[in-house]
Amino acid sequence: MMKVAKIAYRNLLRYSRRTMLTSMLVIIGIAAVLLFIAIAGSFKQLMVGQITDSMLGHLQVHRKGYVASIDNSPLNLNLTSKQMTKLNEVLENNESIVAYSGRLKFGGMLSSFTETSNIRVNGIDPEQELNSVPLLKQRVTGPDNGTKATLKKGEIWIPETLAKGMKLKIGAQVVLVATNKDGSVNGVPLTVSGIIGAMTGPGGRDGYLNIADAYQLLRIKKGEVNEVAIRLKSFDSMEPAFAKLKKQLSEFKNKKDKPVFETHTWEKLSPFSNIAKIIDLLTMFVKVILIAIVLVSIMNVMLMAVYERIREIGTIAAIGTSPGKIWSLFLMEGFFLGLFGAVVGSFVSLGIIQYLNWQKLIVSFGKQDTLVLEPSIAISEVITTALIVIAISALASLQPAVKASKLEPVDALRHF
Amino acid sequence: MSLVEVNHLNKIYQMGEVTISALKDVSLDIEAGTFVSIVGPSGSGKSTILNLVGCLDQPTSGSIKVVNQEVGELNNKQRADFRGQHLGFVFQNFNLIPVLSVYENVEYPLLMVKNESSAKHKDRILKLLDAVGVIDQKDKRPSQISGGQMQRVAVARALITQPKLVIADEPTANLDHDTAYKIINLMKEMKNQFNTTFVFSTHDPKIIGEAEIIYTLEDGMIKNREDRRTK
Repeated sequence: MMKVAKIAYRNLLRYSRRTMLTSMLVIIGIAAVLLFIAIAGSFKQLMVGQITDSMLGHLQVHRKGYVASIDNSPLNLNLTSKQMTKLNEVLENNESIVAYSGRLKFGGMLSSFTETSNIRVNGIDPEQELNSVPLLKQRVTGPDNGTKATLKKGEIWIPETLAKGMKLKIGAQVVLVATNKDGSVNGVPLTVSGIIGAMTGPGGRDGYLNIADAYQLLRIKKGEVNEVAIRLKSFDSMEPAFAKLKKQLSEFKNKKDKPVFETHTWEKLSPFSNIAKIIDLLTMFVKVILIAIVLVSIMNVMLMAVYERIREIGTIAAIGTSPGKIWSLFLMEGFFLGLFGAVVGSFVSLGIIQYLNWQKLIVSFGKQDTLVLEPSIAISEVITTALIVIAISALASLQPAVKASKLEPVDALRHF
Repeated sequence: MSLVEVNHLNKIYQMGEVTISALKDVSLDIEAGTFVSIVGPSGSGKSTILNLVGCLDQPTSGSIKVVNQEVGELNNKQRADFRGQHLGFVFQNFNLIPVLSVYENVEYPLLMVKNESSAKHKDRILKLLDAVGVIDQKDKRPSQISGGQMQRVAVARALITQPKLVIADEPTANLDHDTAYKIINLMKEMKNQFNTTFVFSTHDPKIIGEAEIIYTLEDGMIKNREDRRTK
């Protein structure tokens, strides 16, 4: 078998033009696919990272029924301080969780004394919030460029769209007016201490204020929130951590024996999860297209090789080469074409990925126009794709190899 | 001693609705170590009989014994093994592999058929290339040498596996007279040197005279057998 492999390898070297053309096709195909996987994967990772680390957190807990009416920001579905005590106990004892932050989300009116606009705000404990969504500070433009992002009592971070529309700048005095759950209206004077960049998805254009101001404005008891954002130790362990927390919280029932809490992953709360699924689907389709390209090109080349070399096949058959060896020879040629293309294509793609990282690939998505992509690809993904290409190359050579091995020497020798 | 025994051989080709009887009740006998020529006009059945004796094709009826083996009974793989083991071929169009050098063309049957390692057979190939007079061309590709040189390489390739029988179908048809004559003489020399039986077909009357035994074919039938050894 080694001798056949050596002869197949030598044939590919000697039929150099055909080998180069086919290999180029495989190299370009595999490099393009790996590059697509790397860029699409890094874009997905970047966006998911932005969404979870600067806004949603990995998991969220609400009072049962809150998410169904999340757009109204209802205040009658808050988690009470008693419920929060139980929830805190569970969260504190969960080893997968590194931080969590209670939020009080509500809608109100923001007045600059000359203009008034709707606003949705999150009452937060800044320390807890920044531990749970650490990239939030990157979205904040303020006197300290968000490096401190303290959000003291009496301060508000307003969304940049609202700041532009109402011509508000850092240090501007505003009044936030809101209706509490009993229907009474109250207002609180605040100073704009930060302007917050927009994000894709719900909550992406929310403002932030200190939760103490929120309690004062809404006349709510301390400790009450309507959303708890949770940060996990590892994003990859989200599914098991989610299942465990969901199970733990399902044990808490109200007087009607209905669950008190509802738990969601970021995927259930952000429309970007659908985009992420589309990216995964696209990646799969691109792989399928690559497989089709490799299959068709190798099969075509090997079939052409059989037709071009019919007399050669007749000669080697006449001198006593068995049909099995002729079959192996052509199969090996296809295999080596795939192997060479897959190896070179993989290195080419890794080289391009390195180059893109060095060049800093900047993309825009929605309101975010300075996203720096850092394309990367798992070695397992490279190996899997390369192995698929090699296997497909061998598979594509099967039919031509069978055809070559079944040629009658006497007919093949007569071929011109 | 007979190396090849052909008895009542018939070969019929069915081409659509037309039936062509290429060989009709052919019987012949080839002794080991002889230099045999099969002559006759185009379409007389020379190539057909050589293909059948060379196990490249199967007869419609009749028996072919080569090296005491009834080759008509062999399947494709067995026929391939038999050819590799006992037969060598020289073709009208030389049929050298264009991407291989002269040396590699001669080496090819050893690698693919005999499974011998390169180191083991190097000396043998060089000696044979020297014997056929193309040692100085050993690194050239077929396209870089003349037709006569190509046929010398083909003879070396046929002999490298030390076959009992070499079958040459019109080996001089694509060569000028002088070169053709040299090739026939080379084959004769090789026959004497390696005690190999050569059977070649031709319709060139000038080189027929070099054969020891001449079978004349006409319309698929043997019209004459001439043994020139006694003359």
